[in-house]
Amino acid sequence: MTDSTDGGITRAEYCAVACAEVFRGDGEVMASAFGTAPALGARLARLTFAPDLVLTDGDAALVDGAPPLGASPASLVLESHMPYRRVFDVVWSGRRNLIMMASQIDRTGNQNISAIGPWARPKAQLIGVRGAPGNTVNHTTSYWVPNHSTRSFVEQVDVVSGVGYARAAAAGPSATKYHEIRFVVSNLGVFDFATPDRSMRLASVHPGVTVDEVVEATGFALVVPDDVAQTRDPTPEELELLRTVLDPRGLRDREVKS
Amino acid sequence: MADKRLTLDEFVAELDSGMTIGIGGWGSRRKPMAAVRAILRSDLTDLTVVSYGGPDVGLLAAAGKVATAVYPFVTLDSIPTDPHFKTARQSGTLEAVEYDEGMFYLGLLAASQRVPFLPTRSGLGSDVLEVNPSLRTVRSPYDDGEELVAMPALTLDAAVIHVNRADAAGSGQILGPDPFFDELFLGAAARRFVTTEQVVATDELAAGGPLQSLCISRLLTDGVVETPGGAHFTACVPDYGRDEGFQREYVAAAGDPDAWAAFRERFLAVDETGYQVATREAADERAAARAAKEGA
Repeated sequence: MTDSTDGGITRAEYCAVACAEVFRGDGEVMASAFGTAPALGARLARLTFAPDLVLTDGDAALVDGAPPLGASPASLVLESHMPYRRVFDVVWSGRRNLIMMASQIDRTGNQNISAIGPWARPKAQLIGVRGAPGNTVNHTTSYWVPNHSTRSFVEQVDVVSGVGYARAAAAGPSATKYHEIRFVVSNLGVFDFATPDRSMRLASVHPGVTVDEVVEATGFALVVPDDVAQTRDPTPEELELLRTVLDPRGLRDREVKS
Repeated sequence: MADKRLTLDEFVAELDSGMTIGIGGWGSRRKPMAAVRAILRSDLTDLTVVSYGGPDVGLLAAAGKVATAVYPFVTLDSIPTDPHFKTARQSGTLEAVEYDEGMFYLGLLAASQRVPFLPTRSGLGSDVLEVNPSLRTVRSPYDDGEELVAMPALTLDAAVIHVNRADAAGSGQILGPDPFFDELFLGAAARRFVTTEQVVATDELAAGGPLQSLCISRLLTDGVVETPGGAHFTACVPDYGRDEGFQREYVAAAGDPDAWAAFRERFLAVDETGYQVATREAADERAAARAAKEGA
């Protein structure tokens, strides 16, 4: 097992660059990112190939640059006031790219953060659908699942919070017009929906993970291409940024073990 | 100008069982908790609670006050879920009406504007439409012909929000970074109440912060209640942050019937002054316990 102390690239660092790739090519949009790897990914993208990306302070403001994880509020350079009510102006305008987490995600990209089990009396009440229904039909959305298993990657989610491809198509053109589930990033690999029927496809495995491991940890028939790529290595610049600037305390390695 | 000041008891006397009540704030932030505690001490029951939910929903559910909860989430922010709300849902003791956050905003806005619904893309394709079968879509009358969700007005019998400062006539000032949707809760309600850290003279409002912080006008207010510490244990910046230690105590107590009975006895079976004293003592006890542990 490698870790950042011996110079080897950790699994968490692959996850961070995979999350950074979510933001490639979007220009001036508001990045929102839940979870440690997505938070690092958005910052990495901002500092390297996506300089126009707009980051938030996690409260009610947009910030300049890409502050390290856990930066003190006083150290932030604020660009703009972004209270919740204004966030919806951004959501509905489409000028946003988001990585949400998913307690469950399914074959066609539905996500669940509402409840596990029957609606009237769930086995587990989770946080609620939050903004997931609106986010997914208004702007590009991706998901981060740090614990890939047959419990999180399921054939059909219990409560469709974020809307996947099949459900959007069934709801009609107003639902599909701005709908894009770009990537699902897990601790095992990267997934997309580049298939004829918009079924989830294995896009890359993180180095150190086998295709069989991914298939075994997935609760539905994943589309697996003949040649599965490996998630790209972080560049030396990205590694330096992750380790010395953005996350010197190594929070990333607590979220995802190597 | 009318003097709209009330006591907490007078505020509760304005409410009736069976009402639909909107509660301002967001998650575990700037919740009108003194007002919630006053409702907990009352015999009000069978309420429909409309909230960007936090411990307000959890506490009211735990006391059996809530017939229906209308919410896009219920969270304690630094702790993802509220334990009492979880228990209520998992035992099926309340009816859940769960909306997308943006739909919820539009429902309040529609009620404020006195229109029956507002159209939105949000909700299309999701189970929000499945678990709320009364929701309808509407087709655009223009050439685009788009079919959108018709989010119904979330009309409220009463609403209560908490602000940093207000005057006796009901102009309110929010000094923290986010006014959330408090103005719309008031706009959506027939009876509108503002609790405040401090009642000040009108000329002190603009002196105390930028004009944008004076975001609650007296056009939206029927009653003002001065409740210092009235958002505790939720955050009310810049007056105070969330009391994370107490919030953890709340969550821990919820996990055990005996501990919850003791929590209720100590913090909820007392009046608001008693609550503020008891929570300060609890903070001192936690600090002493920490010091003892570090010294050991």
